[in-house]
Amino acid sequence: MISCHEVTRLAGEYLERRLKLRRRLGVFLHVLMCKGCRSYLEQLRLTLLALRAIPAPEVPPQRREELLRTFREHRGGR
Amino acid sequence: MTGRREGRPGERRPDTWPGWDEAALVAGLRAGDEAAFAVLVESLHGRLLALARSFCSRPELAEEAVQETWLAVIKGVEGFEGRAPLRSWIFSILVRRARTLAVREKRHGVIAPPDEPPAGDAEGADREPGMGASGRWETPPTPWGFEDPEAAMLGREALAVVEAALERLPEAQRSAVWLRDVEGVGTEDACNILGVSETHFRVLVHRGRSSIRRALDAYVQERRPGPARAGRPRGAGE
Repeated sequence: MISCHEVTRLAGEYLERRLKLRRRLGVFLHVLMCKGCRSYLEQLRLTLLALRAIPAPEVPPQRREELLRTFREHRGGR
Repeated sequence: MTGRREGRPGERRPDTWPGWDEAALVAGLRAGDEAAFAVLVESLHGRLLALARSFCSRPELAEEAVQETWLAVIKGVEGFEGRAPLRSWIFSILVRRARTLAVREKRHGVIAPPDEPPAGDAEGADREPGMGASGRWETPPTPWGFEDPEAAMLGREALAVVEAALERLPEAQRSAVWLRDVEGVGTEDACNILGVSETHFRVLVHRGRSSIRRALDAYVQERRPGPARAGRPRGAGE
């Protein structure tokens, strides 16, 4: 049986489904019986969810125009 | 394809360019089609800037790195071979430029942040708070107890906590987590972009995620109703 410490180290890859079958099963069975690791895994899942939801900063219109101008100068009119 | 937030975390977010596929976009750039470049700028400029900030502490320097990146993309799109997605190619350029600028600035006497400790895997390394030396929880994490955890996480406050925690990470962890978890870049591409081994990358991502989870945990525990529930935090050590 893998340890709680091991579960915390594998948790990210477990959630990403990148673990090989044996380890995945090890984490799965451990978590089934261990409340602490269940909480940990759920918290990490939510952390990843929030990370993915970070919005991209918007482009200031002026910067956008400058970039488009640069593009025109180098590549435009072809 | 847009705005889908569910699904499994870390799942590769497909490159989506509104109204374009990647091949058409590259062809457009090569042909001097301004609309194609505008799509690219809209989709990536803010993200490039955020990534550049991992390497360049001064905002002006990050801006400069992004500026140079766009110029390199404009001039070098013929050299794009399509081995990696267009976005990954652009991220690679940015990382190179940002690092170069940051190094140059350090030489001019601006104090460098401490380097990342080696990605060791020693006994007891990366032990979570509350984890005993035996590898079992001494103080297990207290469940967050949200009625609707997804909604709570996607709220403005929680996202601000996550963003602040991300900014506090050391450079290498921050860029790794940004690429993998915020951008959803695949592990292999992300390793190539950052020029690190997969083993090292995994350690960086793991450490970064742990710190951010801890920051969220501190935030959640702090704002839960105090004295009334303090005696029986749901689930802890039951």
